[in-house]
Amino acid sequence: MSETGHTDVHVDHDHHTPTGWRRWVYSTNHKDIGTMYIIFAIVFGVVGGIFSMLIRSELAEPGLQLVAGDPHTFNVWTTAHGLIMVFFFVMPAMIGGFGNWFVPLMIGAPDMAFPRMNNISFWLLIPSAILLVGSAFIDSGVGAGWTVYAPLSTSGHPGMAVDMAILSLHVAGASSILGAINFITTIFNMRAPGMTLHKMPLFVWSILVTVFLLLLSLPVLAGAITMLLTDRNFGTAFFDAAGGGDPVLYQHLFWFFGHPEVYILILPGFGMISQIVSTFSRKPVFGYLGMAYAMVAIGFVGFVVWAHHMYTVGMDIDTRAYFVAATMVIAVPTGVKIFSWIATMWGGSIEFKTPMLWSLGMIFLFVVGGLTGVVLANAGVDYALHDTYYVVAHFHYVLSMGAMFAIFAGFYYWIGKMSGRQYPETLGKIHFWITLIGVNITFFPMHFSGLAGMPRRIPDYPDAFAGWNMVSSFGAYLSGFAALLFLYIVFRTLTSGEKCADNPWGEGATTLEWTLSSPPPFHTYEQLPQVR
Amino acid sequence: MLPTAKLYSSCLQGISAMSMLAMWRILTLGPQNEETGFTMGIFKWMVAVTAGFLSALGCGGLALAAQPTPWQMGFQPAASPVMEYVVGFHDFLLVAITVITIFVVILMIYVFVKFNARANPTPTRTTHNTLIEVLWTVIPIIILVVIAVPSFKLMYYSDRAVDADMTLKVAANQFFWTYEYPDHDDLTFDAIMLEEEELKEGDVRLLSTDNAVVLPVDTTIRLLLTANDVIHAWAVPAFGVKMDAVPGRLNETWFRITEEGTYYGQCSELCGANHGFMPIMVTAVSKDAFEAWLLKAKKEFASDIRPDPIRIASIGLRAD
Repeated sequence: MSETGHTDVHVDHDHHTPTGWRRWVYSTNHKDIGTMYIIFAIVFGVVGGIFSMLIRSELAEPGLQLVAGDPHTFNVWTTAHGLIMVFFFVMPAMIGGFGNWFVPLMIGAPDMAFPRMNNISFWLLIPSAILLVGSAFIDSGVGAGWTVYAPLSTSGHPGMAVDMAILSLHVAGASSILGAINFITTIFNMRAPGMTLHKMPLFVWSILVTVFLLLLSLPVLAGAITMLLTDRNFGTAFFDAAGGGDPVLYQHLFWFFGHPEVYILILPGFGMISQIVSTFSRKPVFGYLGMAYAMVAIGFVGFVVWAHHMYTVGMDIDTRAYFVAATMVIAVPTGVKIFSWIATMWGGSIEFKTPMLWSLGMIFLFVVGGLTGVVLANAGVDYALHDTYYVVAHFHYVLSMGAMFAIFAGFYYWIGKMSGRQYPETLGKIHFWITLIGVNITFFPMHFSGLAGMPRRIPDYPDAFAGWNMVSSFGAYLSGFAALLFLYIVFRTLTSGEKCADNPWGEGATTLEWTLSSPPPFHTYEQLPQVR
Repeated sequence: MLPTAKLYSSCLQGISAMSMLAMWRILTLGPQNEETGFTMGIFKWMVAVTAGFLSALGCGGLALAAQPTPWQMGFQPAASPVMEYVVGFHDFLLVAITVITIFVVILMIYVFVKFNARANPTPTRTTHNTLIEVLWTVIPIIILVVIAVPSFKLMYYSDRAVDADMTLKVAANQFFWTYEYPDHDDLTFDAIMLEEEELKEGDVRLLSTDNAVVLPVDTTIRLLLTANDVIHAWAVPAFGVKMDAVPGRLNETWFRITEEGTYYGQCSELCGANHGFMPIMVTAVSKDAFEAWLLKAKKEFASDIRPDPIRIASIGLRAD
């Protein structure tokens, strides 16, 4: 993506830049809103991380320790951990944070299409997060898992907690839908002259596919949880067999949202990895069109595979056969992406800076998680592995290592651009290695526990599972330490980081944001850049 | 953690040797038909190789234990034809995904060594190569088709029993299981986890129940499942059985126990506070011992036999 002419590095002149609290609360500036999203994501990443530390502490040895006398609390922790990490860490970081910051900059747009809607998208998340965290503490908390299956979430949960969580998800969903509309409009209408769809950076493509998934899947979740709400409070029986309803219907609705959701969590990561691998290999992305349409294909097929989460629910055998076949199809575009990243590096001139390390870690660990996904796609094997720790290992390899590694990669890649100060390189690398070792010690042994038959979501386990669980917990503490180190790195960067050049990465960084100053001026592209 | 390191290395040796031998086997012999009518030869053979390696090198998964063992890294030993197939098919998948992972790692290491900034200061500008793009699309498709064939066979095989010899009905409750033997005078009883203070010699914490589900070996058992409150899942790893018990639905699957012994499983669908404390304990005995147990159990659980709705309906018909 080459660019000519107007590298607008001019300072604000006649703009009335808001100051103080008004700048943030009333913000209509995509960069400020992006910054708030990233801060929000870090805060709730820590909250979700605290829940995961509680979970691993309880599971460090057999017997009930932290939740003695009340095993329900353990279920509350796993529920809160899952929902917070999905809705208040990964999504705000990737879509709200990096998406807001860099989609307009990369396509040469002055801002998002609907700046005020952008503001409400962010501020809706605050009450949503308060409701969700609150739901873990009110009455006895939501202990139905992040999937909130009926009837456990209806007749099985008296009290207000589930209602609070439902309202929280409604508000978060509204926030995301508004954000999705905003991104779609921005990407379709506000590209700079010459920035055709087939010239857009792959990160913008990834956000475009992601927000389409959001727009199409979230209303289904909203419908499903509204039915939960009326089943709970207004005497309906959508999911109550005794009233003519069907608990399995809830699972179909939930996973019709839930499966696209897992691609929502990883696709922006794919986009970031493409930018970073290209930058640090000093080579354009290999097979650009294939990469873009692989994401479109993943997004499309992602909508027709939902029931592979439900192989043991008693579906018709031929239906299961269809879902096995459809699920395996996803491996093909995913493989295209992995091999294209390697081909991008092939013949390149690779520099192993911190963002590149995180990207390479992500590629390898996503391969591992993706391949255990191929194992799980086979319903015949899934009967043995469903709801065991093998599944926990699988989805943490693609999320805790795929998505989270991509977020760290993006953070180190762009923090200099966003803040004007560069991160400390050595500390960043130490952070990477500790996290890499920590998460692998945590999650790799879970494959063994799962194969041996250890079920998910249990606060205590038969003594035979003690060994690998102890190993997992040590790994988790190590990852937790790495997270603290990250907070220190953020502090160091912002307080004493070196001034960051406009383009610290050299000729490999070809997207438009690197033509701006670091940090970019409050208003960018007052004159639109021309893209050749 | 020295023993752990040993486990890793021994299993890696097993896997690599197994994959080479498997390649040779595929090239020279191909799959064989077994008495079950499925092309299970290759998988059974792989199981045998894995078993040989793992037990020889101290992984020790294949001692006749029907419950998880400390530091276990693989499946529990199979005690039903379906689970034998699952183990074999999984071992095949494990070889496949291990080979693919190693392939990707080799590519990455090659790239790091050959194309790092010091070794290759001037990058190429290559961004397309149609042949290789077609290859990395088509080869994965072929691999997936190869996986899909045994996968579908296994799935259809494990779905329903063609000719069941008997039926076991399971009703799930928060937080215990109710078992019914409809073919044996509706013998019915509950199975509740033994608390820690109730454990006796030989009982397993969190896995032993007050009443075991006694079942005959070499008998095709149809399993019917439902639930009375929320969704649960009945699972016994050694049988390869896991099926949700859903209120308002009657799910069906089957198993056939091949060896006598006690087998354990746990509820496998989050069902509330004590989800982790409603285990499944199956005692598999010979057919004769099963008949003997039935006589005893019918007396013991006589007060537990509950009239079911179907019988009330048939009384109504007779009165008509």
